[in-house]
Amino acid sequence: MNNALLQIRDLSVDYLLDKGVFNAVKNVSFDIGRGELFGLAGESGCGKSTIAYAITRLAKPPAWVAGGEILLDGQDLLGMTERALQVVRWKRIGMVFQSAMNSLNPLMRVEAQFHDVLYRHTGSNREKSRARAEEMFRLVGIPADRLSNYPHQFSGGMRQRIVIAICLALSPELIIMDEPTTALDVVVQREILEQVVDLQKSHGFSVLFITHDLHLMAQICHRIGVMLKGELVEVGDVKQVSRAPVHDYTKRLWGAIPSLPSMNAMERSPA
Amino acid sequence: MNALPDIKGAQITEASSVIALEDITRSFGLVHALRGISFSLVPGRALALVGESGCGKTSCARIIARMDNPTSGTMLFRGKDVTAVGSGTEEKSYRRAVQMVFQDPFASLNPVFSVGHHLVRPLKLHGHVQGRKGAADGVDALLESVGLDPILTAHKFPHELSGGQRQRVNIARALAVQPEVLVADEPTSMLDVSIRLGILELLSSIKRQRNLALLYITHDIATAAHVAEEIVVMFAGQMVEWGDTMSVITDPRHPYTKLLLSAVPDPYQPFVPGDSAQFLQHAEKIRQISRPSSDGIDKVGPNHFVRTLGKIA
Repeated sequence: MNNALLQIRDLSVDYLLDKGVFNAVKNVSFDIGRGELFGLAGESGCGKSTIAYAITRLAKPPAWVAGGEILLDGQDLLGMTERALQVVRWKRIGMVFQSAMNSLNPLMRVEAQFHDVLYRHTGSNREKSRARAEEMFRLVGIPADRLSNYPHQFSGGMRQRIVIAICLALSPELIIMDEPTTALDVVVQREILEQVVDLQKSHGFSVLFITHDLHLMAQICHRIGVMLKGELVEVGDVKQVSRAPVHDYTKRLWGAIPSLPSMNAMERSPA
Repeated sequence: MNALPDIKGAQITEASSVIALEDITRSFGLVHALRGISFSLVPGRALALVGESGCGKTSCARIIARMDNPTSGTMLFRGKDVTAVGSGTEEKSYRRAVQMVFQDPFASLNPVFSVGHHLVRPLKLHGHVQGRKGAADGVDALLESVGLDPILTAHKFPHELSGGQRQRVNIARALAVQPEVLVADEPTSMLDVSIRLGILELLSSIKRQRNLALLYITHDIATAAHVAEEIVVMFAGQMVEWGDTMSVITDPRHPYTKLLLSAVPDPYQPFVPGDSAQFLQHAEKIRQISRPSSDGIDKVGPNHFVRTLGKIA
């Protein structure tokens, strides 16, 4: 795959603990194609978020990248100067974190938070920022007149959508979503993720979607990677990973998810 | 159509109940957080309270746990009215009988105390053990009952445990008091999907072994089916549908219950690009028609009730 947007090659990330070095990510390699929704699944502590932090070089001591390459369009992100990286981060790679709804500044109107990002990365003036923000709000289905509100005036689901909107305002090529809906209830979760799938289609960006919920991941992603204790144990097309998982751990992960009784019955019947 | 006015919480209010809520309301100024809530908790059985954030399910838990008082309505404990705060001894016996397990396993243990300390304190305070040997044995028995190895776990501190292990310690702490009622407020929503099942199975088994009445609060209707015999679906402070879990899940009648069920992630139904606006509109419309208050209740099965839709103001 030469036209992959993001190539991760033999990535290793270590943490220094009081007991010595802990290998959180061990020789992980995978590609994310242009316009692809790639899912990374696994339990807490398997290293999936560590990979997300490594890609944006947000891994801070006691974590450090011990080896490997992360190529965006063939450009090595790990070798970049801090200044060059600032151009890539947010502008080309956007991030939505788990408690992203708490990552908005409570003291600033949402409109100003759009301007903050747009001014820094594109030099946009207030009018242009306002227009772009209105456009983004329409995109995520929030009335544009609420742009002058403060974060606390929105529900958790709306705040998460605002964070996604701010992220999209810079038209990044890749968006990393680390458990974007874990703190939300199922209906709101579906509302947001259906929108992400739509926006992905219309805007063509790539997504690295990280979650521990395989069921949810299978509804959204094109390809899925499963991680266990820092290693990528299985990568494949969503159909293959969900219907014919090869690795034992993937099978166990599927079996461990509480599902509705009617869905259990469905799973038992041959697909 | 059997819209009987006196059917409120029928079946769910039984004579054998430990705790019964009757027509409980709770208002915060103009916000009606709870409107006419009636259900009861029975020994050896679990009731699931399901709904979105802000629907009032935690308000119910807070009232039952005595962290809040209802605006109106009656709460019965072993058939006795305990709506108003009683004498010191009455309160003590109530609080001993009702214990809670909270959502956040990371915030509900004291980081400077060992697991053993968390369990010895309630054991001693409630006079369930005598002496050092008795306390140690009590801690071991509690840890074993929640599936943790006493030798490996008792001396550990909370930060040395995983989220699932911490939640098990929280359950053990609640059990140390030897309660009759366990209120579990979203006990698995901060845990990995893959370890939720283990915690749910633990809750079910201790409920059976100790003949506990369990109130399981969640926004995930799929997990409710694993724990609870009976379910109450709440929306905007009202019970919109309730009864036998299987009956409600396999034959949902209220539009909001249907919406909740449709939003449970199903790996075999991938999202179709272009559908989001439709789902958003659909969800918003259902919230709108489900919000108005209504007194009409239909009985749709032996133990399956649904509230009729109210008029939109």
